[in-house]
Amino acid sequence: MSVPGTTGPGATPPGRRQRLLGELRLWRPLDLAGVAAAWLVGLLLVLVAGTLLLYMGYKGLQYVNLDLLVSRPQPGSDQSQTGGILDPIVGTLLIIVIATAIALPLAVGAALWIVEYGRPRWLARVVESGIEVIAGAPSIAIAIFGLAIFQLPLFGWASFAADGGGVFGRSFIAAGTVMSLIALPSIFATTREALQSVPRHVREASYGLGKTRWATIRRVLLPTVRPDIATGTALGMGRIAGDTAIIVLLLGATLQLQAGSDIPGVGTLQGTGSTLTSYVYNNSPTGEGNAPEKAYAAAFVLMLLIIGLNLLVAFIGRRRAGNDLPR
Amino acid sequence: MAEFPPPVRRISADGVPNVVDPSSRDAIPEPIARALAPSYGPERLRIDGVSIHYAGAAKPAVNAVTLPVRQGEVLALIGPSGCGKTTLLRSLNRLVELTPGATRDGRILLDGEDVDHLEITRLRRRVSMIFQQPNPFPMSIFDNVAYAIREQAMRRPGKAVLAPRVESALRRAGLWDEVADDLNRPALRLSGGQQQRLCIARALAVEPHVLLMDEPCSALDPISTGVIEELIHELRETLAIVIVTHNLAQARRVGDHVAFMYLGDLVEYAPTEELFTNPRADRTRDYVQGAFG
Repeated sequence: MSVPGTTGPGATPPGRRQRLLGELRLWRPLDLAGVAAAWLVGLLLVLVAGTLLLYMGYKGLQYVNLDLLVSRPQPGSDQSQTGGILDPIVGTLLIIVIATAIALPLAVGAALWIVEYGRPRWLARVVESGIEVIAGAPSIAIAIFGLAIFQLPLFGWASFAADGGGVFGRSFIAAGTVMSLIALPSIFATTREALQSVPRHVREASYGLGKTRWATIRRVLLPTVRPDIATGTALGMGRIAGDTAIIVLLLGATLQLQAGSDIPGVGTLQGTGSTLTSYVYNNSPTGEGNAPEKAYAAAFVLMLLIIGLNLLVAFIGRRRAGNDLPR
Repeated sequence: MAEFPPPVRRISADGVPNVVDPSSRDAIPEPIARALAPSYGPERLRIDGVSIHYAGAAKPAVNAVTLPVRQGEVLALIGPSGCGKTTLLRSLNRLVELTPGATRDGRILLDGEDVDHLEITRLRRRVSMIFQQPNPFPMSIFDNVAYAIREQAMRRPGKAVLAPRVESALRRAGLWDEVADDLNRPALRLSGGQQQRLCIARALAVEPHVLLMDEPCSALDPISTGVIEELIHELRETLAIVIVTHNLAQARRVGDHVAFMYLGDLVEYAPTEELFTNPRADRTRDYVQGAFG
C-alpha cells in the first residue's frame, strides 16, 4: 500500500537521466564509439539467438505433438507416413548414457592424477596435451578414426561381423565409445581447474590429521569439486547430444533401432539406430528422407534438450555459490 | 609491538624449585599451581640437530636446531618472518615433505622413536596440527570432526559410535555449547574464531600427544584470540604444545618456554619470563624490545 506523495525505493530520482547524459558528454569520442559498438554487437547477438529460438519454436510447436514423440519412425516418401521420432529420442539418450559413463570416470581420474600426483611429470604433460588435441579435433576426424578402429576384427563383438570376416564397425557401442571423446575434455578441464583452485591448506588440513592421499581425495577433494564435475558433465552431455558427424559415421544410419544380435539389451547396444541429430540431417531438405516438418520438430526437441542441460548447469552453479570454500 | 601487557603470573619449570616448595602444594595460589603441575611432564618430542634445506636456496631455512618439547608445557617459537619457525614446526609432523625440494637433516624423536621410522599417518595422528588460516572442510560441523576419527577411506562407523567422540572433542575445544543445537550446519558458516576452534576440535579428535599451532590467531579478532589462548592454557595440561607466533605479547602470554629463531638459527631458548626480561643474546634483546621485526 503506497501512500500518495511518498517515493518508493524503486523510483528513479529526478534528474538522474540528465546527469548520465551530462557524464557521457565528458567522454572521449573514441570511447563513445567503442561503447556504442559494444552495445550494437551485443544486441545483434541477442537478436540472432532470439530469432533462432523463435523460428525453431514456431516451426517446432507447429509440428510437435505427443503422437510424434511416442511413435516410431517409418520409411516413406510422404511426410504423413514417416511416423514419429521415438527411436531418435531413445537413441540420443542411449548415446548420452554410454558416452558419459565412459568419459566421466576417465576424465575425473585423469584430472585427479594430474593435479594430485602429476608424476612422472613428462607423462602428465603428454596426457594434458593429448586431451587438448582431442578437444580441438573436428569430430568428423575423430569419427573416421573411430570407424577404422571399430572395423578391426578385434572389435567384431561390438557391432556384427559378416561371414567373410568383415566387421561392420557401426553400433551404439562404437558410436558411444567414440562420442565419449567429445565429452571428455570439458569434464577433464572443469575438474582439473576446480581441483587446482582448492587451496593448499585444505589438503594440508587432511594430511595433518594423518589421512592418506586417497582418503583426502575421496572424502575431501571429490566432495568439494563435485558441483564442478557436474557442470562439466552437463556441458559434455550437451556436446554429445549435439554432435552429428560421429553418429552419421558410426551409428549405422538406420531410422529405427536395429538389434545387432539376439541377446536382449546387449543386442540393441551392438545394433544400429539414429539420434535426433542424424534424424534432422536425414530429413532436412538436403537429406534422403526429405521430411522437413519432422526435421523441424526433431530439431526443436533437440534444442529443448540442450537448453535443459544448460539450465541444469546454471542451476548447479547457483547452488554451489552458498557453500563455497574461502579461496 | 612496543607495549607489552603486564607479565603473566606464572613460574616456569626451571624457576620453580627456588621459588616455592613443591611439598606445600596447598599454599600455592591456583594460577601458579595450574602452571606448575604440567611443567613436570616428560619430554615428548626432541628436535635434535635439525636442518631443513629448500632446493635452490643458498642458506638452509632451518640450521642445526636442537630443542626439547615437554608434556604439559607450551613452547613458543618466535622470530621475524622467514626465520624458519614455521618450516621447523612443519617438519615435526613431516608435513614439510609435501613441499617439493625440501630436505631435512638431523633427527626428530617422538617419545624416543625417530619420526622417520614411524608410519606417516600414525605420526600425524600423534602430532596434530592447527594452521594459520582456519581451514574447516566444506562439510557439516559434525562431519568435520568425524572425518578425523574415521578410519582411512573405510565405510563410516555409525553415528552412535562417532557422536560421543565428536562431542568430547568439541567440548575440549570449547565449541560444544555454541554448536550443539545444530551440528549439521555447514562448518563454513561459522565465524572465523569458531572455525579455528572447530579445527582444534578436529585436531584433538585424533587424540594427539603433541599439538602444533602455526600462528593460530593471526587471522582472528582479539576476542577470538583471547578464547583460543585460554584454550591453549587448558589443553597444555594434557598435551605438549608447540606454537609459532609473530606476536610477542602472545608468546609471553601462552608460552612456558620461548625459542627465538633468526635466519634459520636458534638464537636463544629460555623460560618465557627470562627470555623477555633478561635475554642473553643481543639479537634477542633487540627483537623483544622491538628494535627489528
